[in-house]
Amino acid sequence: MKYADEFRDPVAARGVLAAIARVTDEIGATKDKPVHIMEICGGHTHAIFRYGLDKLTPPGLEFIHGPGCPVCVLPMSRIDECVEIAERPGVIMTTFGDAMRVPGRRKSLIQAKADGADVRMVYSPLDALELARRHPDREVVFFGLGFETTTPSTALTILQAAADNQTNFSIFCNHITVPPPIKALLDDPHMVLDGFVGPGHVSMVIGIHPYDFIARDYGKPIVVAGFEPLDLLQSVLMVLEQIRDGRAEVQNQYARVVPDDGNPVSIAACAEVYEPRPSFEWRGLGEIDASGLRIRPKYAAFDAEVKFGIGYGKGPRAVAEPEGCRCGDVMTGRIKPHACPQFGKGCTPEMPLGALMVSSEGACAAYYQYGGLRLEEAV
Amino acid sequence: MNAGLRPARRVVSDRVTLAHGGGGKAMRDLIEDVFTSVFAPPGMEDQARLMHPSVLEPGAQLAFTTDSFVVSPMEFPGGDIGTIAVCGTVNDLAVGGARPLWLSAAFIIEEGVPITTLRRIAASMQRAAEAAGVRIVTGDTKVVGKGSGDGVFVTTSGVGVIPPGRTLIASSVQPGDVAIVNGVLGDHGAAILAARGDMALTTDIQSDCQPLNHLMEAVLAAAPAVRCARDATRGGLASALNEIADAAGVGIEIMEADLPLRAEVKGVCEILGLDPLYLANEGTLVLFTPPEQAEAALVAMRATKAGRGACIIGRATTAHPRTVVMKTVFGGGRIVDMLVGEQLPRIC
Repeated sequence: MKYADEFRDPVAARGVLAAIARVTDEIGATKDKPVHIMEICGGHTHAIFRYGLDKLTPPGLEFIHGPGCPVCVLPMSRIDECVEIAERPGVIMTTFGDAMRVPGRRKSLIQAKADGADVRMVYSPLDALELARRHPDREVVFFGLGFETTTPSTALTILQAAADNQTNFSIFCNHITVPPPIKALLDDPHMVLDGFVGPGHVSMVIGIHPYDFIARDYGKPIVVAGFEPLDLLQSVLMVLEQIRDGRAEVQNQYARVVPDDGNPVSIAACAEVYEPRPSFEWRGLGEIDASGLRIRPKYAAFDAEVKFGIGYGKGPRAVAEPEGCRCGDVMTGRIKPHACPQFGKGCTPEMPLGALMVSSEGACAAYYQYGGLRLEEAV
Repeated sequence: MNAGLRPARRVVSDRVTLAHGGGGKAMRDLIEDVFTSVFAPPGMEDQARLMHPSVLEPGAQLAFTTDSFVVSPMEFPGGDIGTIAVCGTVNDLAVGGARPLWLSAAFIIEEGVPITTLRRIAASMQRAAEAAGVRIVTGDTKVVGKGSGDGVFVTTSGVGVIPPGRTLIASSVQPGDVAIVNGVLGDHGAAILAARGDMALTTDIQSDCQPLNHLMEAVLAAAPAVRCARDATRGGLASALNEIADAAGVGIEIMEADLPLRAEVKGVCEILGLDPLYLANEGTLVLFTPPEQAEAALVAMRATKAGRGACIIGRATTAHPRTVVMKTVFGGGRIVDMLVGEQLPRIC
């Protein structure tokens, strides 16, 4: 296949892997004293396991799987609120497939659907808007979630709905942004991170400068990376070289997709539609300042929180995580997925207890599916 | 098939109504004009009365299977619900070593379905049955109100005969046995996905739905030591391999570089984040053979229409029992587990 196979060339990969091993040695990292690199994005976590990259890199290099799976970091209370909206008469709740299986306190959206709520999977918020046009007698709500990758499409949909004067359409906005949780992780005194592999598609929208603080204020290297195996390996090598050389810079490995300044049209649409919330709750990480987006009052007619009176912070916050669930510890890199007592026992992709097991981009689901633990025993 | 002596009358209405399920004249017309005139069952009693000499061979066994089909959309590139209703049941029999003989076909039809759609489905079923060399000998129709179904649901059951001396079972797979597939993977799943239209994907991918019984006969004649075969339908190749690894208590290792995949299917999977190992097939099987008969099996498969793309994809091993591991093109390894949840609903 054009433009994918080139980035999966085994011969080239072997060359990069050899360089990774060499630089890891030069840093002096060993299995007992490894260098820790966090891949922020869930797409990268998935790719690492899918291609078995963690088995090919030297033992002195350890991947810490970051908080970049939007489904995984969504707090349970928001699922509960979404289910509550979905169960109201006349509502058609629409969302991406991944979000349907996330457990809430009472139930997931897929359970609500089985219980009679009208919940439908869409591939784009524009499909939800189209549904609203076709069902003028119903209130169509889009459960908007995701990082800067999906934020612009929701914003453009709101602008379209406003232009069309569509009165039976609203967004339950749970969009979040990448830089604040990175700052929160760096401020955590328990955190031992030596560098970051930065998200590719998020950066396509926001550019690379929002990460400047990581290098400037915290002295850590970050390399924005693509999603093919060679992209990832090359980015890891670039991070390692910075560590070896004592540099801390923001580098862009994914320049074929990511402009340094991002996408100005998307940025403008988001600025028009959203404003930051004072703070937002992240599952496993707690409240993080200015990490969530809400719809500006100007577009309140399309804000499901306003329409249904479910303002953020009005209900009881901080719903406790299920007992024994250690998603938070996994997400902050304190433990590996299989060190959680519930991993593969009380918590499986079929019956997820914690959010990291729900989405295929969640670290636990990736571990489980591609056998992070069992493979070590097996081969 | 409930049918009287009055000659078949052509169904004149454009669409199925509840009257077509009412047990009266309209129902009889529907059955006779749309279905039995095409299937030509051997007799019109309430039950098919059947015999075949192979049944009487000492040591022969009857094989009996059933499957329901709810695919959406009902018609897609490379086939329709009728094609897979016949091929699916024929293949369920064939991979067990049975020679399929007779099928039943039961239809649950939603009010409002165009009669022309039913005619196309019936014609596809007859075409597939002729290709497989089986007869559709009995059946049933029911009509449900608008909203109580979704187009047409079809259930087929099939009877076949396993000749004396044939024992294909998954638990007999031994370490060292070779895994062979008959052709490219994932075409059916990708074709259905593209046909649904909600992804706005334009591809030339056709469903692979086809009967596999002639291929199975050819391979069993050339390589009688073949241990077992599975058709890789729902859950794809990954699920079929996991079932075999589980039943036999062996590990299975497959090589990513050796998996036969069309560039278009790879592309669809890339764009949508799907794994072709889990995409459904309707004319693809995987079989295990002792290594000394692998070459004979390959040659025999490649000589058949359904097996032109046959190739070795991996082998059974003593390592990692009950686990399927794929060696990636980088030399890394990953576990290929059973599908969790669903990649796509209603693919067959």
